[in-house]
Amino acid sequence: MSSPRVVVLAGGLSYERQVSLRSGRRVVEALRHAGVETVQLDADDQLLTRLTEIAPDAVFVALHGSAGEDGALRDVLDLLGLPFVGSIASACRLAWDKPCAKSALQTAGILTPPSVALPHSTFRELGAAAVLERLVERLGLPLMVKPTQGGSALGAHAVERAEDLPAAMVGCFGYGNTALVERLIRGTEVAVSVVETGTGTQALPAVEVVAVDGVNDYRARYTAGMSTWHAPARVPDDVAEELSKVALRVHEVLGLRDLSRIDAIVDDEGHIYVLEANVAPGMTETSLLPLAVEAARLDLGKLCRELVEQAAERGASTPSAASSRRLRPSPSPFSAAPAPMPVAESDPASDTEAEPGAGPESVPSPHLAPLDAHSTSPSPGPSPSSEPSPRPEP
Amino acid sequence: MSGTTHDNFARSYATRASGMTASEIRALFSVASRPEVVSLAGGMPYTAALPMDSVAAMLSDLVTDRGAMALQYATAQGDPVLRELICTIMALEGIDASPDDVVVTVGSQQGLDLISRIFLDPGDIVIAEGPSYVGALAVFAAAEAEVIHVNMDGDGLVPEALAETFDRLARTGRPAKLLYTVPTFQNPAGVTLAPRRRLEILDIAARHNVIVIEDNPYGLLGFTPPPVTALRGYDAPGVIYLGTFSKTIAPGFRVGWVLAPSAVRDKLVLANEASVLCPPTFSQLAVRTYLETQPWQDQIKAFVEIYHERRDAMLTGLHDLLPPGCGWGVPEGGFYVWLTLPAGLDAKAMLPRAIAERVAYVPGSAFYADSGGSGALRLSYCYPPPDRIREGIRRLAGVLEVELDLLATFGPSAIHDAGGERLLGAVRADSPGPELV
Repeated sequence: MSSPRVVVLAGGLSYERQVSLRSGRRVVEALRHAGVETVQLDADDQLLTRLTEIAPDAVFVALHGSAGEDGALRDVLDLLGLPFVGSIASACRLAWDKPCAKSALQTAGILTPPSVALPHSTFRELGAAAVLERLVERLGLPLMVKPTQGGSALGAHAVERAEDLPAAMVGCFGYGNTALVERLIRGTEVAVSVVETGTGTQALPAVEVVAVDGVNDYRARYTAGMSTWHAPARVPDDVAEELSKVALRVHEVLGLRDLSRIDAIVDDEGHIYVLEANVAPGMTETSLLPLAVEAARLDLGKLCRELVEQAAERGASTPSAASSRRLRPSPSPFSAAPAPMPVAESDPASDTEAEPGAGPESVPSPHLAPLDAHSTSPSPGPSPSSEPSPRPEP
Repeated sequence: MSGTTHDNFARSYATRASGMTASEIRALFSVASRPEVVSLAGGMPYTAALPMDSVAAMLSDLVTDRGAMALQYATAQGDPVLRELICTIMALEGIDASPDDVVVTVGSQQGLDLISRIFLDPGDIVIAEGPSYVGALAVFAAAEAEVIHVNMDGDGLVPEALAETFDRLARTGRPAKLLYTVPTFQNPAGVTLAPRRRLEILDIAARHNVIVIEDNPYGLLGFTPPPVTALRGYDAPGVIYLGTFSKTIAPGFRVGWVLAPSAVRDKLVLANEASVLCPPTFSQLAVRTYLETQPWQDQIKAFVEIYHERRDAMLTGLHDLLPPGCGWGVPEGGFYVWLTLPAGLDAKAMLPRAIAERVAYVPGSAFYADSGGSGALRLSYCYPPPDRIREGIRRLAGVLEVELDLLATFGPSAIHDAGGERLLGAVRADSPGPELV
């Protein structure tokens, strides 16, 4: 097909606005290098007007935090009939809510750290001291306290001593009304990116993160020099293989699409604990997915281009989407004339493609082939287990 | 097997760069610029009140008539005519000065940087009000100086506390070198050093052989004329004075100045040359032309009326809406109200909730070089219109209620240490950026 015209959404009003803007710029640059005409837009009150005017072939969502990851914006894109890269709204909602996602994963037999999710009101009504005491009794120490929704480690606190728990709870509640208190698993922190391209669904090499001062907080994540990234991760081959399988399984169980990043801890015995799944992985200079792409000897621009072309093809093949967007004569895809605002009515057809349904175990994922290997079909990139990629040394 | 840090220079940075990291607070502030957020954080002058058509015509004429000069290098001390005009302006605040002793700088911020370069060695001690201007703290941190705060009350710096601090430091063998003060409509506290204290403060500094740096960006923005006499106006030629056009005209020109004794001036000129070769010629001539052709004193009056109305809106909102336990002063000019929170609340810890509720402020800890200020915050009334200010206060009140509820739930043990340890000389990244200082 001819080069699609793409809108990259970045910014928004979440706490991760700054990170998102950096991610957006990186995606725009990558797409432009790959020859894709790309415009970056913020998620503001002009967005719908601009999207209607531009009528892109596909939208790349680089919004982090609630706007980009809780599914709401993707619902809006569906309303507009605009195809987008990434998971559909219902899958986003499931992944965005960490306790719900954990439940789904546990039901599917995937290991996650033992945890309890409680809103502020529970502590107020039942007495904070008593509840916290029970939490420590049940989960032990150390603990990780984090908001049930959100990313970039904002509002997350590692707690070594029970007396530090109240302050961690208050710090966490600043970022959200419900706190997820997890047993802190010590081990190797890794992230496995999953991408779906025309050649199948594949897990990219796991990337290991080691914070220089031992705390993988916001500062360490987004300051070059404050973390060391190892890609592929320094884990035994069998663990690397298992990490890929687990990541693909998480991607499937949560009904994710196109790309995702699965964060996990490998403990000293080689057990893999999944922490969360990200539907809008960071794409900044220090983010994990671009590192994994490099480790897989893939080109970020080409990958992004393939993803947007897939999305555009989905849009073209969905009657409602195609009709609600302005159909463009090829090969000059764009005119200055604004497209009419589509009817604000959800399209049942567009929601049936990968609707996770009532329970995650029963998620039909027609876009995923059986997961009996790391890659569901031959991939241009090396399979993480068969041919570990060299580290992306500077 | 070694990985990548994405920074090949990680082991090469100077110590003073150690704090230049990504910061949660900066990430939160990045949302504050969005129109949905009522930003009571930024100290941005209301430049929209300028007569833009006149300014545009003036700038056009400048390029047409004197473009070759305006776009050329010039002397490091600054345009001579502009320096004369600066002396005329300083006279409004009781300062009798010669244009020869004025050095034009890139905003007063660069003037402060030049002063720190010629006076401060690593480890030198600077005394500043507590709280103090965040931009000054950044300059002193870059100079690897140690800042010690002295308390203020409603009348500004407390002379007894200042004398006691000077004495204590002298006894330890590490005497203070500079006293940095914003005596009039202080940023961030909004207080003004009472006239009766001004001579006293100057005497105490002189007795202890401490150089006084007077930073006076807001002196002409008082709500009740006449302007307060500057410290430098008290027959104190030893005071090094910083002025700026950022609040009386526009910060975008980036034109400020330093008034200093001639020996200091000579060094400032050389330091300026080393730093920027010369202050921007175009901006200097633009400011000079503005002063020569536009009714600038009337424009300052117009600014003051706007800020006065907005201050009143803020004070009314605070009075009507905030829960018991909050406290604030009544600024008689300038941009800021310093709000103290009910005991146990931490302004930095509650900032994410405030951003979620679409209101922004600057946590008090940003204005301290030590761990102070956690129980306070700075509110700016200079930029949003009165109805938005009230809406912002309403949102802030809601945030405070939830935080008080949290505090009641988890008790005093949940109080955060928002300040934390700070390395000497480490520039902090969790302070606000230039649009907020």
